[in-house]
Amino acid sequence: MSHRSFLLLCLVPLASFALAFLAIPLVRLVLASGEGAEGWAIYLTILRTPRYLATLGQTLLVSLAVTAAALAVSTTAGLFLARSRFAGRRVLLSILTLPLAFPGVVVGFMIILLGGRQGLVNQLLPGHWVFAYSVTGLFLGYLYFSIPRVLLTVMAAAEKIDPALEEAARTLGAPPWRVMVDVVLPALAPALIAAGAIAFATAMGAFGTAFTLATDIDVLPMVIYTEFTLSANIAMASALSVVLGLVTWALLLLARSLSGGTVAAGG
Amino acid sequence: MRHPTRLIPLAVTLLACAFLLVPIVQSVLAGLTVNYFRGLSSGLTLKWVGEVWGLYASSILLSIWLALACLAVTLVLGVPAAYALARRPGRAARVLEEFISLPLAVPGLALALALLQLYGSYSGFRTSWAFILVGHVLYTLPFMVRSVLAVLAAIDLKTLEEGAATLGAGPARRFVDIVVPNALPGILAGALTVVTLSIGEFNLTWMLHTPYLKTLPVGLADSYASMRLEIASAYTLVFFVMIVPLLVAMQWASARAQRILS
Repeated sequence: MSHRSFLLLCLVPLASFALAFLAIPLVRLVLASGEGAEGWAIYLTILRTPRYLATLGQTLLVSLAVTAAALAVSTTAGLFLARSRFAGRRVLLSILTLPLAFPGVVVGFMIILLGGRQGLVNQLLPGHWVFAYSVTGLFLGYLYFSIPRVLLTVMAAAEKIDPALEEAARTLGAPPWRVMVDVVLPALAPALIAAGAIAFATAMGAFGTAFTLATDIDVLPMVIYTEFTLSANIAMASALSVVLGLVTWALLLLARSLSGGTVAAGG
Repeated sequence: MRHPTRLIPLAVTLLACAFLLVPIVQSVLAGLTVNYFRGLSSGLTLKWVGEVWGLYASSILLSIWLALACLAVTLVLGVPAAYALARRPGRAARVLEEFISLPLAVPGLALALALLQLYGSYSGFRTSWAFILVGHVLYTLPFMVRSVLAVLAAIDLKTLEEGAATLGAGPARRFVDIVVPNALPGILAGALTVVTLSIGEFNLTWMLHTPYLKTLPVGLADSYASMRLEIASAYTLVFFVMIVPLLVAMQWASARAQRILS
């Protein structure tokens, strides 16, 4: 057997699997979205129905807020941990990366333990402190699983910054905040864009957390789920999935072209 | 005396740690106390963990089985493919790599709907564990391929293989004797990632599972919705005990593979 045909043979199992369980199902999903009563106009219906528009708006808003918060928290903590050496630094770093492998349902439960009816906050300050089942709970849940992902990206980039640049800026008399704004943040920009896109795409598509926390928060994955299981509106569930899939895919493609690294959404 | 604004990063870091760690500690304690609402003074017990085993042993075992099956499939599909992609880096290879990476970007819910609509009517397949396995392989395969590909792309495979070829080794022999041993750090990192992700996978699995085939995370969702807090917490504790060592091993193996690259 020639080397060339051996290489092709090596690709056959993967290519067959991708064809049978990825390519054809995705084509089927797109076709199914046009098989409802209104045909392909279903995509216009999404834009004309207030409930779907409100859901889309709310999902975008929560995802944007989570992205901003995760970037702020993780950049601050990541730069701090990348640049200081002290006893306990490794412990803090381990704590901050621990939730990386938690599924969305577990994250939802963590938020219930913090802000549920029997949660910690409501026990310490009884009466008015149940936030787990609202948009606030969802925001905190998404923040919970975004912090570790963003942190790792920021720290990897921070370690590659040439310390001589900052020293030069300081020697020239720049105060610490100017060094941060003019040297450090521009150097981190590609990583921040990439990490932000991951956080945003993950929040857009996250299902487990919303599923655990509440059924009355209208975010896109929950609406897709209820359209499919409760209303049996297969065409609409498919159309919304196509929209959601395209948005997250386009974002991560953008993120990768800016950062060059492997990124993954999940949760 | 340090400037007070210097303390802000430390404060943010500690707050973030507290936010992530406090509920984990709560969950561990709740799973081990006799009555969570009366607090630790009610005593420590393994009763809840025992009840979890009684209620959910089949879910836990199914998840372990699926993770191992998923590992086997991703090894068979992913390692030879990564080798071919490393030896023929061209546009077609990029497109294929990009395509199998779609499940990293497209939400699991959408992928599950796609699979359900195409295969939902084949009830023998739909109701078997193999259906869930397909979802897990879809989601984890890109991690295996990329992990192995990263290591193979960094070594001079061509020269190594030419050396072996002049000694008379055929393509299959070279794959087994040269490619696989050289790719081992990447295979190990990929394998640990696959197992860790498979055990925790929920978004696809929730849509693909049947009432008779519940995985560990599906069981977790079930316990959060219908069991008392102590049992839900004890089950979460069981999950932590499984996933945290895997996560640590995964990070160690990935760092090791990275070091070999640089």
